[in-house]
Amino acid sequence: MYDTGKIITGLVIFIAIVSFPFWGSFGGSTEAPKPVIKVSGQCIESADFMRANHMQLLDDWRNSVVRGDSATDRIYTSITYGTKHDKSLSSTGSSLVSSGEKQSCMSCHSNKEEFCDTCHDYASVKPYCWTCHIEPKENI
Amino acid sequence: MKIINPLLIVLVLIALAYAGVNAMGMTLLFGVVIPIVAFIVFLLGFITKVLSWSKSPVPFRIPTTAGQGKSLPWIKQAKLDNPSSTAGVLGRMALEVLLFRSLFKNTKAELTEGGMLAYGSSKWLWLGGLVFHWSFLLILVRHLRLFLEPVPALITFLEAGDSMFQMAFLPAFYLTDAAILLAATYLFLRRVVSPQIKTLSLPADYFAILLIIAIATTGVLMRYYYRVDVVAIKDLIRGLVTFSFNVPEGIGVIFYIHLFLVSVLAIYFPFSKLMHLGGVFLSPTRNLANNSRAQRHINPWNPDIKFHTYEAYENEFREKMKAVGLPVEKE
Repeated sequence: MYDTGKIITGLVIFIAIVSFPFWGSFGGSTEAPKPVIKVSGQCIESADFMRANHMQLLDDWRNSVVRGDSATDRIYTSITYGTKHDKSLSSTGSSLVSSGEKQSCMSCHSNKEEFCDTCHDYASVKPYCWTCHIEPKENI
Repeated sequence: MKIINPLLIVLVLIALAYAGVNAMGMTLLFGVVIPIVAFIVFLLGFITKVLSWSKSPVPFRIPTTAGQGKSLPWIKQAKLDNPSSTAGVLGRMALEVLLFRSLFKNTKAELTEGGMLAYGSSKWLWLGGLVFHWSFLLILVRHLRLFLEPVPALITFLEAGDSMFQMAFLPAFYLTDAAILLAATYLFLRRVVSPQIKTLSLPADYFAILLIIAIATTGVLMRYYYRVDVVAIKDLIRGLVTFSFNVPEGIGVIFYIHLFLVSVLAIYFPFSKLMHLGGVFLSPTRNLANNSRAQRHINPWNPDIKFHTYEAYENEFREKMKAVGLPVEKE
């Protein structure tokens, strides 16, 4: 007796599983996401820096603002441009670095769905910014 | 030597990818050509190997009978340890493949001080192996987020579970990352620390485990320390699986090292002991039902013997037998 038939059945199942990334991608889009930036001008650091390090930057900001006690803990000096900025994701109020309104990340990048979510969804990243901060409600 | 050589090979592989991408800029070779070749070699190698196994005859049942076999109705059968039906075999195989039941029965023999031979239970290998293989599987499935668009909910769910402790690292720390490194380190040290196991180990044993440790380490470094552009990486991988190859700029070299090591593992796979992935399903001491007394199993290489039965003999010589007065069964 031979078990060739059973073994080939198993092999076919194996091939189907291993090649899943290929046949599972049929019809899917191959377009990379393009985050929409509404305002012109530059961010607090270069785009390349922000693309690679924005999460680290935000994490550092959070820790220094929540745990730091002096006003300098709340001010960020840009490595690329040397300019000073409030460490703020989405809050408003008076600024520590200028006389006007506080400029936060969300002041420019107010379109979370078109800006943040495009890449995060594409890469299946789930940042937990909005478990504490109030999620910006768009189109209301 | 048998540890140093595999270690050197792994280090040379890392240096190769580093030099190839960083010094010579061969991102197309390391990002597209080698991974595609690796996948083809892995798939064809795997198929060839299993097909060669499938040609082996199964002349008789040789399951290990680790419990009471099927007997009289009032004698309780150990259905998983001595299965007599397909359902029993499926149960036994499922426990074997998913929970490594045979390894759970691992024992350790020791000579006591009085010179007595004593056997004790030894579960560390089972635990280390189980953690290692399950982490590996989860990590492999988790990587599908870089292959599929949109990412299926199941993968997202798996990731959320894996990173449920949002601690210490950025981005969210995966439990399986720690688990596979700990388990693989244990499996490696086991072959170094214990003199008996060191004697039994071959360079191939060290190479496989060192290569996997290197893959896990580069992956961890890439995620938590060096940081790479995940969107660009997904572009590259989507290009591979949709056959519209493109190599985005600006992916860190650590990614190419990681990918190259994975490619080497895939190429090495069909020719190595790692084929136990397919082989475990073909273990005759586990996947055969103990039904030798209930069913006839015919040896496939039995020669085709021409029998001359008494009936045929009598048919041939009946007249002659009757003529000399010999008794016949049929008139």
